[in-house]
Amino acid sequence: MAGGASLVIVKRLFDFFASVRLTVGVLLSLAVTSIIGTVIPQNEAPANYVRAFGLQGYRLLEALDLVDMYHAWWFQLLLLLLVLNIVVCSVERLRATWPIIFARKPRYRLERFEKSAIQAELSADVPPEALRQAVQSVLGRRFKRLATLPAADGREAVCAERWRLSRLGVYVVHLSVVLLVAGAMIGGLFGFEGYVNIPEGDATDTVVLRDGSGTRRLPFAIRCNDFSLSFYPNGAPKEYRSSLSLLRGGRVIHEKEIIVNDPLRFEGINIFQSSYGKLPPPLPAEGAGPPERLAVHVLSNHSGRTYHQEGAIGDQLDLPEGLGTLRLDAYRPAAEFMGQPLGPAVEATLVHPGQEPIKLTLPLRFAAFDKMRRGRVAIAVASAVPMPERYYTGLQVTRDPGVRVVYVAFAVMIIGCLVTFFMSHQQLCVVVRPRRRGSAVAVYGVTNRNKMAMHRQVELLARRIVAAAGQTARA
Amino acid sequence: MTSSLLLSVTTFIYGLAAVLYIAGWVFRRPLAARLGTWSVWAAVAGNAAGFILRWIESYRMGIGHAPLSNLYESLVFFAWTIGVSHLVIEHRYRNRVIGAFTLPLAFLAMAYASLSPYVSDRIQPLIPALKSNWLIAHVITCFIGYAAFAVGFGLSIMYLLSKIAAAADGRSGQRRAADVLVLQFFLVGLGLILFRFILGWSFGAGLAGAVAMAAVVDLAAWLLGRQQRVRDELFTRFPEPSLMDLLTHQTVMFGFVFLSAGIITGAIWANSAWGRYWGWDPKETWSLITWFVYATLLHARLMRGWQGRRIAYLSILGFIAVLFTYFGVNLLPGLHSYGAMAQQLR
Repeated sequence: MAGGASLVIVKRLFDFFASVRLTVGVLLSLAVTSIIGTVIPQNEAPANYVRAFGLQGYRLLEALDLVDMYHAWWFQLLLLLLVLNIVVCSVERLRATWPIIFARKPRYRLERFEKSAIQAELSADVPPEALRQAVQSVLGRRFKRLATLPAADGREAVCAERWRLSRLGVYVVHLSVVLLVAGAMIGGLFGFEGYVNIPEGDATDTVVLRDGSGTRRLPFAIRCNDFSLSFYPNGAPKEYRSSLSLLRGGRVIHEKEIIVNDPLRFEGINIFQSSYGKLPPPLPAEGAGPPERLAVHVLSNHSGRTYHQEGAIGDQLDLPEGLGTLRLDAYRPAAEFMGQPLGPAVEATLVHPGQEPIKLTLPLRFAAFDKMRRGRVAIAVASAVPMPERYYTGLQVTRDPGVRVVYVAFAVMIIGCLVTFFMSHQQLCVVVRPRRRGSAVAVYGVTNRNKMAMHRQVELLARRIVAAAGQTARA
Repeated sequence: MTSSLLLSVTTFIYGLAAVLYIAGWVFRRPLAARLGTWSVWAAVAGNAAGFILRWIESYRMGIGHAPLSNLYESLVFFAWTIGVSHLVIEHRYRNRVIGAFTLPLAFLAMAYASLSPYVSDRIQPLIPALKSNWLIAHVITCFIGYAAFAVGFGLSIMYLLSKIAAAADGRSGQRRAADVLVLQFFLVGLGLILFRFILGWSFGAGLAGAVAMAAVVDLAAWLLGRQQRVRDELFTRFPEPSLMDLLTHQTVMFGFVFLSAGIITGAIWANSAWGRYWGWDPKETWSLITWFVYATLLHARLMRGWQGRRIAYLSILGFIAVLFTYFGVNLLPGLHSYGAMAQQLR
């Protein structure tokens, strides 16, 4: 059996965690430290911090864990302290109030009620019996556990109560906070948050994790079938819409069109429309035929100017500055130059005035190719066919197994708040006394909180009782 | 009649109500105070009509949505909730002096919306992230909460004022000095909002104007307060200090439930728009800070029996946190010249 000293320590520890002073201290600490995290931007690239605070400043912030402070160990410790505080406080207080909350038969003591500051008394011109009957009917309708107590000098007190379970309201609220922290922890430990950009038509099963810890493979691939963008007349974005298919083993297992605020949720993974971007136009495919229109750019070495023309295979173009003619002879999908593949190219014949024709190979992918020739002109050829714009969709992909717990905690918190703030354990005793003329009814009320509401209730009851007895009240 | 015009007129009705209540209190004219109540009814009605009209106008423009989506619209709704909260409190407790401290807040909110060069009243279409019913629930619950806190703030200022004026109550000079200091901050803050944000003066000019305004009010208060008779008459018609304290507690409780609901609906909305229910961004974090401050107030009162001045101070601190959550986050320093933060759709 441990010595008395360790018992004292345990008791001191327990008292510490059960104290409201700790609650106030932790709440205020959380508030103050949270402020720091809003004034110092969080999770930015290190270069930004160095630029703003200098290298030493950044090192200091890092050492104090201030660049990602909401995940810092000391912040989590504060939250843990709060949870511990809540649990210990709740257990201790619940132990004390449990007998009251779940007592089988309430025991009313008239002296306690008569001493209460919450009371109302009204007289009426009716015999006491009428009032007594009114008391039974009015109380019986709204209150429970009516009991009749014999009182001094022949009077009777009828006592009743209601909403006893509302005493649990405060514990429900605190339980919701514990649930909330638990849900957040579950999400943090067993979930992930990532993002991925998918060009239209492409599919991928890997996302980049937002916390910088690398990538993660999903149990299926996401394919972006189509991305569409619409704008309001004033240019502001109206909607971003992605048509997504989920693939496993090449088969489509799920499909949905998502927009912001309407994500795809499947097998615990959530896919949100986050952003988008435009891709550079694609290069012409390998086996495709010649582009219907070609853009021809002629750089004159003499003047340094570049001229732009358009033509098709078979055309003969006149060059500016009297430089001669260029005939676009043929299109080669896979040209070569000195054994090296050039990709798609146009074969052309260049004739300067009074000179022999020069055969040219002009690759569509290498605009500066012809400059190597060091001729009087350098010619570049590109496809003049307008390419459709190709987008990529920016998706946020998450899994959060704790979010259900968090949502339950939300609901529990609201219900707990409503019960705690707007209800209370209301008890009353009603005494009917004979008067010289008629009788009087006195309503005494006792409540554990929300005294103003009890005052109003007591006055309301007195009026109702007198009204039920068939007469208007005389104060 | 456009909604903007109607709401501009409503601004002045709120201002009129504030003036009537203050005059009714300072010059002891019950008739002025009664007219103040009528003015509030008119202002609240005009405010509601303007809200509905703006809703209709947005549909006529083909971009129909509830008018709760930008600073102008939220300020207008805020003023309305303060007006309604005031009417409820006034009806319940039958005291027309409270209006002198709550109506100015409603007027300032509307004035900021209607008159400030920094706030645009154009009806803008909703960007994708804002198209959510949870957003509407979030805005409504938050502002009902803020309005309750605003009324609590007004009551706390009244409480401190009455404590300063109370003669021979054995208070130490230090406590009284602290109360006076808090009221100075309140006056200068009020002036700054008026001159810098509503009238659009530069920060230096706004601060100078605010300090000048505070000095004028201080002088008037000192001159008035020198006579015991005047002091008594001014403050006898305040509610009892214990009642003001209780009312502060009640409004804070009410506001706390709605602030909790507001944070929760905001988290649910964020989860559907951005894929996470909580991201510790400044706006979310400051709403939580506000929640912590008011939770501290409730615990200190219910568990440690804190009353009176301490509660008033916490209520004022809480409202400063509310203002920071609403406006201040936009002024926070940011390393914004580069961060390619992924929340591009905000």
